[in-house]
Amino acid sequence: MTAGGSRPARAAGVPLLRTEGLTRHFKIGGAVSRRTLHAVDDVSLSVGERQIVALAGESGSGKSTIARLLARVYRPTSGEIYFEGRPISAFRSRADRLAYAGLVPMVFQDPFSSINPVFRVSHGILRGLKLHRPDLSAAQRRDEAARVFEAVGLAPGGDVLQRYPHELSGGQRQRVGFAQALALRPKLIIADEPVSMLDVSIRVGLLNLMTELRDRQGVSILYITHDLASARYVADRLVIMYAGQIAEAGPTEEVIADPRHPYTQLLLSAVPDPHAPLGVSAQTDRGEPPRVIDPEPGCRFRWRCPLAIDACRTITPVLRPAGGAGHQGPPGTAPEGDREVACHVAQSGAPVRAF
Amino acid sequence: MPSQPADGAILAVRHLSAEYLLERGAVVAVDDVSFDVGRGEFLAIVGESGCGKSTLLFAIAQLLARPAAITAGTVTFRGRNLVGLTDRQLVAVRWTGMSVVMQSAMNALNPVKSIGAQFRDAMRAHGTTSASLAGQRSAEVLRMVGIDPVHLRSYPHQLSGGMRQRAMIAMALLFTPELVIMDEPTSALDVVAQRSLMVQIKELQRRFGFAVVFVTHDMSLVSHFSDRLMVMYAGQVAEIGPTGRVFGAPAHPYTAGLMEAFPSIRGPRRALTGIGGSPPDLASPPGGCRFAPRCAKVMERCTAEQPGLFEVDGIHVRCFLWDGAAMPVGRP
Repeated sequence: MTAGGSRPARAAGVPLLRTEGLTRHFKIGGAVSRRTLHAVDDVSLSVGERQIVALAGESGSGKSTIARLLARVYRPTSGEIYFEGRPISAFRSRADRLAYAGLVPMVFQDPFSSINPVFRVSHGILRGLKLHRPDLSAAQRRDEAARVFEAVGLAPGGDVLQRYPHELSGGQRQRVGFAQALALRPKLIIADEPVSMLDVSIRVGLLNLMTELRDRQGVSILYITHDLASARYVADRLVIMYAGQIAEAGPTEEVIADPRHPYTQLLLSAVPDPHAPLGVSAQTDRGEPPRVIDPEPGCRFRWRCPLAIDACRTITPVLRPAGGAGHQGPPGTAPEGDREVACHVAQSGAPVRAF
Repeated sequence: MPSQPADGAILAVRHLSAEYLLERGAVVAVDDVSFDVGRGEFLAIVGESGCGKSTLLFAIAQLLARPAAITAGTVTFRGRNLVGLTDRQLVAVRWTGMSVVMQSAMNALNPVKSIGAQFRDAMRAHGTTSASLAGQRSAEVLRMVGIDPVHLRSYPHQLSGGMRQRAMIAMALLFTPELVIMDEPTSALDVVAQRSLMVQIKELQRRFGFAVVFVTHDMSLVSHFSDRLMVMYAGQVAEIGPTGRVFGAPAHPYTAGLMEAFPSIRGPRRALTGIGGSPPDLASPPGGCRFAPRCAKVMERCTAEQPGLFEVDGIHVRCFLWDGAAMPVGRP
């Protein structure tokens, strides 16, 4: 069976991409060290068709590790990734792996180091086309590259293709990144902090491009970011990570309007917003990073949580549907519109107002 | 902008220009910038990368190194012009009168020396020879920023990003200066740590009364903390005025564009446009207004002559829209 080419029709309701118990640990220290860094622990999430899912969290929360696991840069320590319902660990042949790489390409954070400076920008995209779409002739590849460049707002495409990266602004370079991904006719683009290196006045243009790609090209995007305001701007669904685990997930507007996890509440209260008065409730929290090296059982946020109860010190909370909706499936599979939260207090049905 | 410093101004910058003298010609990164900072005031300088904000800050602190140099203007601190002073003469001002907190604490701190040893070095360089006195003061400033003094024995890599930035601020406060200059001190931090640090800076400022010049690319970050806001574009002051007023009714089309460029987390969710194009190359800036090529309100005049600063309602703005003749409606 191949991942590309003649893809079997997917059963209705199967998400485009789903992870189940995805875990990645790193051994750290010297050869004799037994210490383990839990970068990603038991993460179950899904991305639907034509959907932008924002994976948001602070530095060290494991969001970029998830991106690399999905792009097959790392192998999971345990857990599985399902693409169109099939486990990607089963994609062993070169053809399968190549097809997956084309269907799930990545856009990187730094547009200054992710494009080779010694070649014209046509170099990367033409190579991608040659590798992933061998049916195209050289002339067709040029046309296709120009068409894709224009689709991401680099017009006239034929002209921009001839430029060198240093002749383009940061925003234009990041558009080249999206064009390279789009040329492969992807189903899901993994965008790891694609706008964080760009100036404010340029950023919105790229965010608008992402929603355009979803609406016009039908591409799904996993948008990895530390910026909740931009996540709110583009994403259909919002997943909040803390210390390698998912704290909370749900439709973006609902999570932002009514956060159920104390960490989400803290995070939202800290976002600077000139349009709103300064939140004063959580100023004592210093934002010290959590311990993810050999973590003990229990909630990883409990040290900072004003609502922690006994259970939080001993039992690691699992992501479960919030608000008693009917969904009873495994974690990460909540149908669209459902909320999930990994917090003992929130799951008990008690009102959570930590920050 | 008045040519004399205002009463109570601790820092007066007048017609300051700084250039990078490169082989292909001079790049004017700071072009005729003037402003005052009052005693205990918090002035935020915002702008995008390449607008000259960091060069301006280095020029004020007399830290520019070749190929960059101040080519015109004065920086008057406590009544004395710092431009042209030798390093030896500057010793009397640096750390004790004005101190600088750099953007990346990881690069600004020495990785092979403990925090305490670095504090001691700074104190010794400025005349504190007693080890016990230095130790005492170091512990005191660390406590002020909420770090346990046991960390005087720690090395920079043993501290979190937030703690390193706090340690840098503690170091800047060793001699209770009257002015602390900060270059994006929070840009490497996560939002929670960022907000906590901002609140702490304000708190320390209230306690000790020092003035702050705070350079950042993040306009929303300073919205609740700065008294006045200066927006820079292409090496020049685009707009300067009380923070609340600049946010409430931005006078320069660039400021207005910036306000429309970042999505809100709490307000209504609506489509934004950002600002088309990108900032000019300062090696060959456009004639006329430097923002004209990106400006939605561009007029014929804008491409022909350079606008000066116009005063409107306590705000200084570099835009012909505010030239008396062309005063638009909607603003007194």
